[in-house]
Order: sequence, then C-alpha cells, then structure tokens
Amino acid sequence: MNAAGPPPAGRWSLWADRNAGSIFLLPAAVVVLAFSLFPLLASFYLSLHRFKFVSGGFELRHVGWLNYKKLLFGSQQYHFLGTAGEWHAAFTFVVVAAAAALIFCLYRAARRGVGAAGIVGRVLAAAALLVLLLLFLRIIVTGVPGTLATTLVYVFAGGALQFAIGLGLALLCTSGLRGGNFFRVVFFLPLMVTPVGIAYAFRMLSDMSKGPFAPLWKFFGGENFSWAADPWQARMVVIIGDSWQWIPFIFIIMLAAIENVDNEQREAARMDGADAWQVFAHVTWPAVMPAAATVVLIRAIEAFKIIDLPNILTNGGPGIATESMALHAFAAWRTLDLGGSAAVAYLLLVVSVVLSISFFNLVVAPSRRLR
Amino acid sequence: MIKPQHALPALALTAMVAMPLSVTPAAAQFNGVEVNIMTFTGPQIAEPLQRRAPEFKRMTGAQINVITVPFSDLYTKLLTDWATGQNSVDAAVFAPQWMADYIEPGYLVDLSAQVAADSALQVDDISPFFREFSQRYKGKTYMLTLDGDFQMAYYRTDVLDQLGKQPPQTWDDYLSIARAAHGKDWNGDGEADYGSCISKKRNAQAYWAVMSIAGGFLQSQGTKQGAFFDAQTMKPLVNNDAFAAALKVYVDTTDYGPPDEINLDVGDTRGLFTQGRCALTVDWGDIGTLAIEEGSKIKDKVGAVPLPGSERVLDRATGKLARCNSRRCPYAEGGVNRAPYAAFGGWSGGISSAAGKRVRDAAYAFFSYMSQPAQSNVDVTIGKTGFNPYRVSQFENLSHWLDGGMSRAAARNYLGAIGDSMNSPNMILDLRIPQNQRYQQNVLDTAVARLLAGEINIRQTMRQIESGWEEITDELGRGEQAQAYRATLGQ
Repeated sequence: MNAAGPPPAGRWSLWADRNAGSIFLLPAAVVVLAFSLFPLLASFYLSLHRFKFVSGGFELRHVGWLNYKKLLFGSQQYHFLGTAGEWHAAFTFVVVAAAAALIFCLYRAARRGVGAAGIVGRVLAAAALLVLLLLFLRIIVTGVPGTLATTLVYVFAGGALQFAIGLGLALLCTSGLRGGNFFRVVFFLPLMVTPVGIAYAFRMLSDMSKGPFAPLWKFFGGENFSWAADPWQARMVVIIGDSWQWIPFIFIIMLAAIENVDNEQREAARMDGADAWQVFAHVTWPAVMPAAATVVLIRAIEAFKIIDLPNILTNGGPGIATESMALHAFAAWRTLDLGGSAAVAYLLLVVSVVLSISFFNLVVAPSRRLR
Repeated sequence: MIKPQHALPALALTAMVAMPLSVTPAAAQFNGVEVNIMTFTGPQIAEPLQRRAPEFKRMTGAQINVITVPFSDLYTKLLTDWATGQNSVDAAVFAPQWMADYIEPGYLVDLSAQVAADSALQVDDISPFFREFSQRYKGKTYMLTLDGDFQMAYYRTDVLDQLGKQPPQTWDDYLSIARAAHGKDWNGDGEADYGSCISKKRNAQAYWAVMSIAGGFLQSQGTKQGAFFDAQTMKPLVNNDAFAAALKVYVDTTDYGPPDEINLDVGDTRGLFTQGRCALTVDWGDIGTLAIEEGSKIKDKVGAVPLPGSERVLDRATGKLARCNSRRCPYAEGGVNRAPYAAFGGWSGGISSAAGKRVRDAAYAFFSYMSQPAQSNVDVTIGKTGFNPYRVSQFENLSHWLDGGMSRAAARNYLGAIGDSMNSPNMILDLRIPQNQRYQQNVLDTAVARLLAGEINIRQTMRQIESGWEEITDELGRGEQAQAYRATLGQ
C-alpha cells in the first residue's frame, strides 16, 4: 500500500459511496424546493409590495406591512375581519369562563409533565381559541362577518354537518340493511363531480323563480322570497352544496374504519346486554376515533380553501356575505391588487396552519394514543 | 341572426359600402390577416361583431376572431395582456372611460390620421359628445364609437294610463309609480308583477345606476361642475345628505322589484321588462329596441324619459340638501333638477400598438366598417346588438327605426329622450381619471352591494365609499388625480 494513501480514483469512489444517499436525493430536494418553497417565499415577498403595470412591464413598490395593516386595521378590515357588533354583558362572562377553562387546561398539561415546546403550542392554541371565541361573539353573533368569519363558518359548521351525516351513512351501510352495496356507490358519486358542476347545479336547484322547485315554492306561497338575497340563507346554501360534495369523502373513510372494527368485540358487548348506542359509544367509536380525527383534519384543511361554490353559486354575495378567504384573495388578484391578494393568502395560511396543528396535537394525536 | 325586416336594407347598405371610398377596404386587401378582438361576454356587443365578421372577411380577406370574457374581467384582461407583452389581443371593444389607463403607457394606437382620412366613416355624423369625448384623449382620437350610451328611465305607457300617472319627473315620482304598480298583473299571465326592475348584481354593470340616481341630487351647475368629486380638493361627493337620499331611493326601489333583484344582471332585468313583468326600469338605450324584438310583450307600450331628478340638490358648502331656485339649479325645469348620465360612454373600439401594421390596419378597417352609417344605422335598431344610437343621422332619420319595427310615436319618444339627455347642459360625464375602474367597479360596487344585502346601513355605506376613494386618490396622487378630473370636465 502506498504510504501517501489511496489513489485519487479510489478516494473519489469512497466519497461517492459515502454520499450516494444525498446525491440521489438532491434532484428531488431541488424540485420540492422549486415548486413549494420558492412560490411560498415569492408570494410573501409580493405581499409586502404594491404591484403596478407600467409601460413595458410592471413595477413592485415596497410598502412594508401595509397590505396586512389594511386587512387587519385599515380600509379592508370590514372585508377581512368583518364589522364588530355590540358587546353584551353576557359576552364578558363567556370570555372569562372560557379563559379560565383554558388556563386550567394549561395548568393540567404542565402538571402532567408536558415539555416546554408542548406548553408553547398549547398556549398558542388557547390564544387561537380565545380569538375565535371573540370573533364569534363580536362578528358573527352581533356584527357583520368578513371573509375570515365566513370561512370559519364553512369550516366548522360545514365540517360538523358533513361529519355527522357521513358517519351516519357509514353506520347505516354497515348495519346489514338490504341494498347496502348499492348505496355505497350512490353515496360516493358526488365526490367525483367537479365543484364547478355542483355549483351550477345548485344554482339551478336553488333558483326560486325559475328552478325545478319553483312550482313547489309558489305552492307554499314563497314566490316573493329569494334565499340569495339574505346573507345567512345564502351561506347555508353554500354549505349545503359543499356538504353534498364532501359527505361522500367522510362516508367512505368512516365506512372503511367501521368495517375494520373487530366484530367479535361488538358481538361480545351485545351478549353482555349493551344496547346499540352503548355498542357504538364504547366499542365502535373508540376504535374509529383516530380515523375520524384524521378525516376531520383533512376536510378542515380542504374547507379553508373553498372558492368554487361561493364564486359560482352566489358570486360571493349578497354583498360579500358568502365570500371565503380564498375568494377574497382571488377577487383582489383579479383587480390586480396582487400584494393584497398575497396578504390574504398568507393570512389564510397562518389561520389554517395554527388551527390544523392545534387540532392535530389536541385531538388527532391523543386519539391515536387512546387506541 | 338578422331579422327579415333588416335584411333588405342591410344588403343594400352593404353593397353601398363595398363601393370604393377613400379607406373602404378593398377585396382581399387583408388576405391571410387575423385579428383578435376582445370584448365582454355578450350576447350584446359581441353579437354584431361576430355577425359582421364573416361578411367583412368576404370583403377584405381578414379573419376577425371575437374573444369574449366576463365584464368584470375585461379591464384587467386587456391590461394584463398588453402590459406583460403577451399581446394576444390585437384590438378590443371596451368602455372609453378606461382608455386613459391604456393610452398613458402607450398600449393604444393614435387613430387621428386614419380617422381624418376615412371619408366612409363620416366622422362628422357622429354626435359631438361621442366624437369629442368618448373617442378622444388629450386631443387625439384613440377609439371608434360603436355605441351610444345614456341611462334613462323607461315606463310602461299602458300601466301609467291605468294608474292615472304621468311619466316620472323626480325620483319620488318614480317610487310612487313603482309602489302603485307593484304586485299587480301587468302582462296577463295571472302572476303579480313588479313596480320596478333595476339590475343590482355585484361584479356586473349595476353600479352605474347608483350614479344615475345620485346625479340629479349632486350636480346642478352644469356639466363642468362634476358629480363625483370636488374638482379642487378631490374630496369625494359620496358622504353627504344628497348621496344619502340617492342611496335611499336606490334601496327603496328594491321593495318594488323581483325578490332576487340584487342578483340580477342587466340581461335579466331586460328580459323581465320585455316580458311585461315590470312597470319601470332604469337602463341604457337597449330597452327601446328590445321592446320591438320578436317575442316582446311590450311592443308600443314603452315610453322613455331622461333620468328623473330632484327638487332638492346638494349644497356643497354644508353637505345638506337645499331646495332648487334659479341660482342653485339654473338648468332646472319646473323646479326639478335633472342630470342625465352618460354612463359608460358607449362601447368603442381601440387598437393595440403592439399589433403588426397589417393587423392594425385590418382592425381599423373592421371598426370603421362597423361604425359606418350603412352598418351602424341597422345595428342600432336591433335590440340584441346592445348598440344604441350615436350618429346625428340616426336621430334625424326615423326611417331606420320604422324599418326596424318601431312605431313613429315610439321612435320619436325614444330618440327624444336620448337626444334630451345628450344635449342637456347639466349632463354628467363618466369618470375618466386614471384607475377609475377601481373607484367605481371595486369600491362603489362592493359598498352598495353590502348595503343592498343589509350588511351595512346608508351612513356606513357612504363612509366605506368615501374612505375607499380617498385611499385610491392618496395612493395615485391627489394633485395628479385632481388635474385629470378637472381636465375631463373642461375646467
């Protein structure tokens, strides 16, 4: 052996062997960075600027946090946050009670030996929940919702409705009723229809003057009524359309989860005298809870991005009543307010990430441990 | 599809323009040339362009491709296409009030020389308002007018006769008629009909009606006074008792309209009106010609008046309403101040400076062809074109209208209302300052839509519009905007 070490070719070969993993991963890492991280950074950069077309191209003028300030405190506050209504004495009681409950939960977590990162996460989640509560009381109960509150209504009210019906249908299909296999296919069909098609279909169905239900509506004396002229009714119609499309998704996941539950456990419970509700509450539900928590999380993330239905079904109206945050960002982009649009999109990202991580840590992960 | 009664004059007139004139396109002159023209999703406006494109191709060889986009996207699509250098659009038919935003960066061709040399266009026959205001910017011609636009109030003559009412002179009259007519069957189909139908859909063309109502309350000293801003300070005239009164009228009309009126586009309200379901409407000139279309239930039952006005107008010093007198309302008639609104200014054609020379020439030849009396005199009498009269000859010569199926009395009434609007010394000019689209199509439209939805009240609406307009003015430069505004008013 040469005292000076291995020949250069051997050294190169050794280096390649040692770093083969990284080398093979590099192209994939570059692609991921190019397609996910770069747009994220670029849109953040854009959110700090004012975009303007000028002769021969465009100009980006740095405006700092102005686009965010406009949405949170300035001229677009009504559009994003909404308009706050009156404060009632009862609200104070509700907020104090909620704050006390959250502090107690944090105290219990600290007593259980949760680490510093866990405490920070829980404090953030508690703060988010308090903000949500304030938003609910000041904006939704007594004020006028902006796109943030409207999106949260779609996420929470729509999500809850979809989960309840999806789970109910899954339980029905596993209860041994005749035609169960046929209904599995029928219930799944709406998920395969494009959202734009669903929006147009619901627009037609909900037209009270010319739609297919118009004669029925007139028969009941509703010819001078239009759901699209009332903010809350219009939001409910959007939720109904959205639910029609997404219930099958929850149905199919929950169906698979319920079918995976050991039937012997249920039989044993029944033998011990448990009724149907007790079997569900103490055998089926604990077994399917991880799947349920996961499907709710996926659905919530998807619901934050709702845009097709309110855009086509109601055009965001009446007023801005059915406008979601994604539609708000799109409307700003369409009017060439690219900085404002990027700011709305970033705020949407922050809201959905905080709520999704909180939900994951507080619901999904414990449910898995439970199993 | 052209109607049979239009076919003969159309053929004869087409043959006339095919005769050699100074810049009349020669056969096969533009063989192999393709022109992409963008306009809004019709059927109005796009229809005559699409219908006349094949005959233009037979005459000249030029292939005209009409690209349509929703109205709310038209301004942005054009700006994006031309500013990014994509230049897929060679020419466009759009609102002349947007032209400043396209001309200043150099996206539109100066057509002055071509227009001057174009005897077939008969540019002197185009009414002075459209020729000097809608076609020109800073003394040069950039657009060719294809349509004349004024908003007016239309009423059902048979309904007013039965109610014993006169055509509305004020907005109070308008509401009074709407109230009396609402809920009664006016077309014999057994269903209760509506007192008033006004398009109020957001992100459409509804926001012009707001200024149509507000005009008579806001402007009383003649066209040069302006109705949108204080011309010296650029303080918006949207947060005062006059604008509040106008918004109240606008909201009150909803009580006498279809239940889903706030979601109806102009096509929807026109359909309702021509089906005999509405006693009143506020619209552009299209109603007059749609009323004589096949299938209309209101042929010879429609009257038109310039926009109603008000007996009280804005005192700009106090922000309060004050009763008209000879000093305060010098143009008032019978104590009523009216301010007809040249809303939109008429769809007009402009040509991209980035297009090749042959393409530009072909686009100009096509717009000229569309605007020449031979074609225009026919198209303005067809309801589905969306084109309304804008040539002097179209007002003076009733034969086009009689050929189109309008009775002599209806034609006189219709053209008289447009003529009175156009010749009014207190006419309101469209807002023509840079980025006017943001002021009206974004801020005003959104705030009024929220008001109609019941999300905010009139005071909140006015504050929202005012703060939104002030923010845009401050961003773009108050001095520059004020200068541009004064220039459009001729101050």
